[in-house]
Amino acid sequence: MSDLERLDRFLHTDPRDVGCDEAMAVLHIYVDLMAAGEDAAGRYPGVAAHLAACGPCDENFTGLLQAVTGG
Amino acid sequence: MTAEDLDEESASWLRRLGAAEGKRLAAERELHATLVRIALAEVRRRSASTPVTGRELDDVAHQAADDAMVAILAKLGDFRGESRFITWAYRFVILEVSSKLGRHYWRNPPVALDAGQWERLPDRLGIDPARHAETAGLLAEVRRVIEEELTAHQRRIFTAIVVDGIPLDALAEKLGLQRGAIYKVTFDARRKIRRALVANGYLEETGLERQ
Repeated sequence: MSDLERLDRFLHTDPRDVGCDEAMAVLHIYVDLMAAGEDAAGRYPGVAAHLAACGPCDENFTGLLQAVTGG
Repeated sequence: MTAEDLDEESASWLRRLGAAEGKRLAAERELHATLVRIALAEVRRRSASTPVTGRELDDVAHQAADDAMVAILAKLGDFRGESRFITWAYRFVILEVSSKLGRHYWRNPPVALDAGQWERLPDRLGIDPARHAETAGLLAEVRRVIEEELTAHQRRIFTAIVVDGIPLDALAEKLGLQRGAIYKVTFDARRKIRRALVANGYLEETGLERQ
């Protein structure tokens, strides 16, 4: 990936991104869908877009997923 | 939602947590012990990215479990069965751990608020140090947009998060703002910077951005 592409990716904003509050409000539902092998990102595309862009919320997602799967 | 709509384990938790004193207290002790276990695992998972260590890290976990327990019992009536009960409960403790570690950042911060470490910008943006000469114009334009086109509030937050690398939770704690509010400011700033770079021919507009 070139520097320009890396910068472009960093600055890119997804209009579907629901933001921290909405993503964290349904995180338990999203994680249960993931843990059950269902299409969580398809059901909640705005949450998936947010988790892809927000490191701290993605950390919470990873932590909760590990907590429920024991992984 | 009725108890019949729930999975067996979730229904059991709700039944026991709503039972008469003896059964309820036993269920609360069991839930609290589970929250402590999850909190300890979570602080250890995050230990590489926090200055908190050792026994203090365990203390953070116990405080997070205690506060999560209080919140869970207070909000038991809000559980709508959209997930398993235990997943809903774990969410509280994971968010508490995240928030508490954010608060601890300021006791021994590696960088002060408003430090403005602009020399680190290329690294923050993932730009190869060996190619700084080639990207100097681009970086100068990014900095110009940050300094001239962002609002003072956007500039302060974007600089703290992106240039100085202050964790979002820590900045939220320092400024007394919600994490979501900080994220929204950086989201808007990223979009504004990108639009300026597109307008000035540095980047191309893409389909998704036009939506």
